[in-house]
Amino acid sequence: MTGARSGAAGWGFVAPALLWTLAFFIVPFVVMGAMSLATLDGRTLVWGLHPDNYVELATRAYLWRAIIVSLEITLTVTIVSVLLAYPLAAIIAFRVPPRWQRLALLLAILPFWTSYVVRSYAWLLVLAQEGIVNRALTGIGLLDDPVRLANTRFATVTGFVHFFVMLLTLTIYANLVQLSPNYRRAAMDLGANAFQTFRHVILPLTLPGIVTGAFLTFVLCIGDYVTPQILGGNTELTVPQVIMVQLGRRANFPLASALAIVLMGIVTLAYLGCARWLRLDRI
Amino acid sequence: MMRAASWAYLILAYGFIYLPVMTLVLFSFQGSGLPVPPFDGPSLQWYGEVLGDRDVTDALIHSLTVSLGSSAIAVALGFCAAYGLARFILPGSALIRGLLIAPITVSYLIVGLGLLIVLTNAGLALSLLTVAIGHVVINLPLAFAIIYASMGAQQQNAERAARDLGAGELQVVTLVTVPMVAPAIAAAFFLSVTLSWDEFIIAFLLSRFDITLPVEIWSMLSSGLSPRLNAVGSVVFLVSVAGVLILELLVLRRRRA
Repeated sequence: MTGARSGAAGWGFVAPALLWTLAFFIVPFVVMGAMSLATLDGRTLVWGLHPDNYVELATRAYLWRAIIVSLEITLTVTIVSVLLAYPLAAIIAFRVPPRWQRLALLLAILPFWTSYVVRSYAWLLVLAQEGIVNRALTGIGLLDDPVRLANTRFATVTGFVHFFVMLLTLTIYANLVQLSPNYRRAAMDLGANAFQTFRHVILPLTLPGIVTGAFLTFVLCIGDYVTPQILGGNTELTVPQVIMVQLGRRANFPLASALAIVLMGIVTLAYLGCARWLRLDRI
Repeated sequence: MMRAASWAYLILAYGFIYLPVMTLVLFSFQGSGLPVPPFDGPSLQWYGEVLGDRDVTDALIHSLTVSLGSSAIAVALGFCAAYGLARFILPGSALIRGLLIAPITVSYLIVGLGLLIVLTNAGLALSLLTVAIGHVVINLPLAFAIIYASMGAQQQNAERAARDLGAGELQVVTLVTVPMVAPAIAAAFFLSVTLSWDEFIIAFLLSRFDITLPVEIWSMLSSGLSPRLNAVGSVVFLVSVAGVLILELLVLRRRRA
């Protein structure tokens, strides 16, 4: 930056935040890594370089089953959320008159600020056996008896999709309004119909925004404990749920740490997989 | 045809987005003991009951304390780091920026787990203080990024002028820089408060006897659906919405003008 000065005073300003991050983020992270290589002898912790936890992860069915459940739920949520959010963002960007767009967007993401716990509880209300969805479906004669909606994977996915549709609408909308209308006009002038314009012009230009939003969705979804715990009904466990079980009931910190490292590994792989389209600086 | 389909989709989408919140708020005014149809209100009895519950009001005060305190710390640390990095030539500044932003990329559960291991091994008792430490960790990157982005070169002339007129470093920062980036500081603060106020998993892992409101709601959940939960949930939602609206009106409006 022009006119910047050098000097020890600069370190004085940076040091507090840096020390905080080192002490309460980097150090815990390194210790967690070391913890994943420790092992339990009965209830006493033995530090060292033991691969036990990772071996257990690979061989115990209920552990790798959790990884598969987490991946299935997260991928479903990511795909469904993008497919639902894209049209919503496009309608707000192209159909809603410009002076109302800001309000339309604010309204579309207001419930985003409900806490995870409250939002999941609200879905439990909606999907309950006696809840309004079942009442409505039996009321209009579509169903004879209420169906089990809460405490299923469907409920978990619904709760997640609700949250991420709002997040993705925001990121995709930001991408769409940045596009110059000239691209669309040029495509139309060259004889493309609405679908061709979308397929060959708008979609490729908004791909970075979509991938960035989808990546965020993936990361936040796979690491969440609350939504599957409240809505999923414990019939199948995700990785964060298994981590919490290991922490709570067993106090098995080494295995919980190993699971956390695996979770981070999955996120890193997802990052590498879509790095060429990611624009994290533009969120 | 396309127009009609667009408006229909818009209405359906808003319906989906507002369905849970509307249900939550509507049945917080339920007259009987179960928050499911038929609606037989409106009644304020559950709000009365909740506000008379010491556990809930204590948790509410804890949540406010933690969110205001941790946000103040996060914003202060974030501002200083942003000032240091924007105004001084420091070796390895790209690495420092990366380090300060890094906690954003890690899920809250993992941040909480790491802190739990270290703090308990260091012999620190879990309390509201440890929760606040965790919340500073997750809010510092946001506060830093927001304030750093607002520190352009245009403000440096004013700072240099102040220095030429004899102001010391502290006076420059407090009397010149802070007022100039005040909108960014306010934005960072309200965003932090909103996130910390709602945060569950770190607060759950790092607290023991004194708990915050989301953790209290969590423990109420184990007794099943209840209009009391609807009432507490509605209050939490309204506080968050108020925070977002303040942010929108105070900060973003001004930036646009």
